[in-house]
Amino acid sequence: MTEIGIISYGAYIPRFRIKTEEIAKVWGKDGKTISRGLGINEKTVPGIDQDTATISVEAARAALKRCNIDPQEIGAIYIGSESHPYAVKPTGTIVGEAIGATPDIMVADYEFACKAGTAGIQSCTALVKAEMAKYGLAIGADTSQAAPGDALEFSASAGGGAFIIGKDSPIATINHTLSYTTDTPDFWRRAERKYPSHGGRFTGGPAYFKHITNAAKKMMKKVNTKPEDYNYAIFHQPNGKFPVKVAKILGFTMDQIKQGLMVPNIGNTYSGATMVGLASVLDIAKPGDRIFLTSYGSGAGSDSFDMTVTDEIKTIKRENAPSVKEMVKEKEYIDYGTYAKITDLLYWE
Amino acid sequence: MREVAIIGIGITKFGELWDKSFRQLIGEAGSKAILDSGIGGTDIDAMYIGSMSSGRFVGQEHVGALVADASGFSHMHIPATRTEGACASGGLAVREGYLSILSGLNDVVVIGGIEKMNDVGGGSATETLATAADQEWEAFFGATFPGLYAMIAKRHMHEYGTTKRNLAEVAVKNHANGAKNPYAQYQREITIEQAMNATPVAYPLGLLDCSPVTDGAAAIVMCAAEKAKKYTDKIIKIIGSGQGSDTLPLHGRRDICTLDATVHAAKMAYNQANIKPTDIDLAEVHDCFTIAEICAIEDLGFVNKGEGGKAVENKITTLDGTLPVNTSGGLKSKGHPVGATGVAQVVEIVKQLRGEAEKRQIKNAKIGLAHNVGGSGATSVIHIMEAE
Amino acid sequence: MKSNVARFWREIPQRYNLIGNKCDSCKRVFFPPREACPYCRRKSMGKMKECKLKGKGKIITYSIIHAGPEAFEEQIPYPVAIVELDEGPRITTQIVDCNVSDVKIGMKVESTFRRIQEDGYTGAIYYGYKFRPIRKEK
Repeated sequence: MTEIGIISYGAYIPRFRIKTEEIAKVWGKDGKTISRGLGINEKTVPGIDQDTATISVEAARAALKRCNIDPQEIGAIYIGSESHPYAVKPTGTIVGEAIGATPDIMVADYEFACKAGTAGIQSCTALVKAEMAKYGLAIGADTSQAAPGDALEFSASAGGGAFIIGKDSPIATINHTLSYTTDTPDFWRRAERKYPSHGGRFTGGPAYFKHITNAAKKMMKKVNTKPEDYNYAIFHQPNGKFPVKVAKILGFTMDQIKQGLMVPNIGNTYSGATMVGLASVLDIAKPGDRIFLTSYGSGAGSDSFDMTVTDEIKTIKRENAPSVKEMVKEKEYIDYGTYAKITDLLYWE
Repeated sequence: MREVAIIGIGITKFGELWDKSFRQLIGEAGSKAILDSGIGGTDIDAMYIGSMSSGRFVGQEHVGALVADASGFSHMHIPATRTEGACASGGLAVREGYLSILSGLNDVVVIGGIEKMNDVGGGSATETLATAADQEWEAFFGATFPGLYAMIAKRHMHEYGTTKRNLAEVAVKNHANGAKNPYAQYQREITIEQAMNATPVAYPLGLLDCSPVTDGAAAIVMCAAEKAKKYTDKIIKIIGSGQGSDTLPLHGRRDICTLDATVHAAKMAYNQANIKPTDIDLAEVHDCFTIAEICAIEDLGFVNKGEGGKAVENKITTLDGTLPVNTSGGLKSKGHPVGATGVAQVVEIVKQLRGEAEKRQIKNAKIGLAHNVGGSGATSVIHIMEAE
Repeated sequence: MKSNVARFWREIPQRYNLIGNKCDSCKRVFFPPREACPYCRRKSMGKMKECKLKGKGKIITYSIIHAGPEAFEEQIPYPVAIVELDEGPRITTQIVDCNVSDVKIGMKVESTFRRIQEDGYTGAIYYGYKFRPIRKEK
């Protein structure tokens, strides 16, 4: 599996932001307390004319700008999201058309809560390994929904990351990937319903922590590594506390996770979360850096990856698309009224 | 070449006319024009009707036949044709009728223009008006019809220093004229402050820069000049007629601030009439938006390109200016029942040339020009008339 | 049954990827693509070659729409502009990702992929181009 890996990458973060304080005050809560408790200062809000498809296109186009591949050679597109614009009609075909990858291409949309994007990376890796596709494009993007007044309102945000997987000269090899999956009802959204439901504190121990720690431990056993062998670690980030805690449990340090920890300033981009975290790491990674990534999707499962950055990271043109840091900095604050207008209308039933 | 005269005119009140239907409006205008002309029903060789969008406003197409029927002429099987060129539909009907007499085919034609816009809600009316623009490449992306003219205004301001106040001056002048026109939709004056501070519609245009949604109809009777004396003494000759087209979308034009279709049509009309712009005594121009009047007086050759704002500022185009423009009140104050406008403009010129314009009368009005535009300038039709 | 889908599907290459065409005779570029070059006319028939525009240009003129059609009501007020693309053609498009007061004649802009309209809540979604200020070079 050693030569298969990431050929190029891209991400997109929408411009609008709403502060935790702004949301809190509408519901009569103290913003500073909530910020501290959740580890989230502000989150992204998509524009009325943005959705998972537009975010995916931006991220995919960024990935293509950084490398020289011909989009016609992309053999598969898998877009994972909890907020595909259509329940029936794939986001993958819209994006495929917008990047000039159609018609010789395999497409299907994925859903597995916040780990749908990394599931796409696994599928693309397999297709490339089986020589059924020269390149595969895996995208995780969301414009996630949260019920007004619910705790999730502080974190559910919008954003996405795109990864082109292939065999020739990857910028980071995917040394190994595995998953840990069980039927665990911690967080879900019934079909036809607008907002998700969750099991409160049940979403912690039996869900997030169990699956990430199991997947991570099995991965390190499989590739015979210890946490200190890695330069960077990226974990799913539903809030600013869980990833810090799981890192500690597994033996990773703040230094290792901080580059990939985006949630304090952009919220939880759901299927985009670990994808954007990984893009942030790749923005500054150097040849030889080893990356550990474990995503988490409610329902539930974790995908774990062991990756090594190659010399090729210096030949792709990272500067041809904005870095995650630049996109985080480019922002415009909105108030709760504007936020309500945008999100209600975007998701009007 | 044969000469053509206008021998009868008729017009309804313009406004929000809840009690009047499409058929009633055109019937009223048509019968007024026929009675005014002295012709009998059996003298009519053909009818030409201008209506932009009867289909979307009243769900009715096939309007040529409808009007012939509503007028009581169906048993005579008179040829009846509807012309469409967005807001120039009426002007096109005038030209088609004119050409049919010019060619020798017809001797007497009745020309009408009609639009009944208030049977649909305001939002629908606006969307229907937007079909004058490019649906695929302008309207689809969010450009509204006022937005297109606003972009012309913005560029005109950028290139020539035209000001928002200049735009307001056009509105104020036209309302002052409309106040003297018993058929106008709005017969009240407005102030510069009101015009400049009106509700924004599409920056830099506000509510008082935009012509309204109106019901109304107008009609004229045209006759071969050599036969006109048979019917009447009031004979106004058409001495020039011109028409031009241009790209449908504004972004396709050679110059955003110039309606080349108008320049082309004007040249045609001036050449035929063998006159220069300075020979024109008064003009009814297409002020769907105030900026349109400013561009029109430039494109018609009355002032140089870019000087329209200054001309308005210097009051050249008021009732007692050197070139009165839109003595009827223009589309702004008289109203803009789209298909009727082109014919209504001719009605006003004829009234002026006959000396029948009452409180709006221009002294020594001998040669008048009517200028009708479709969309943001993709069609332009011009007629020049002369008193006998 | 939803109508209009064929009409908008047909224009996907234009709306998603700014595919225009070029006259092989005079090399002028057109967007949207034309059947024949208006200048070369019959000489250009059969000689129009498809070409993808880069999506970069500058604002020639603009307006801020305050009274918009139903499909755009939630975005009011929004800027609409005529943008002259680097290759020559001009297009009409919405300007996004900046304050309404930042829009200026001469501003350099680049295309971005956005939702343009939808055929009601149950109908198809039409994606296409909007333009935003070019991000500052590093």
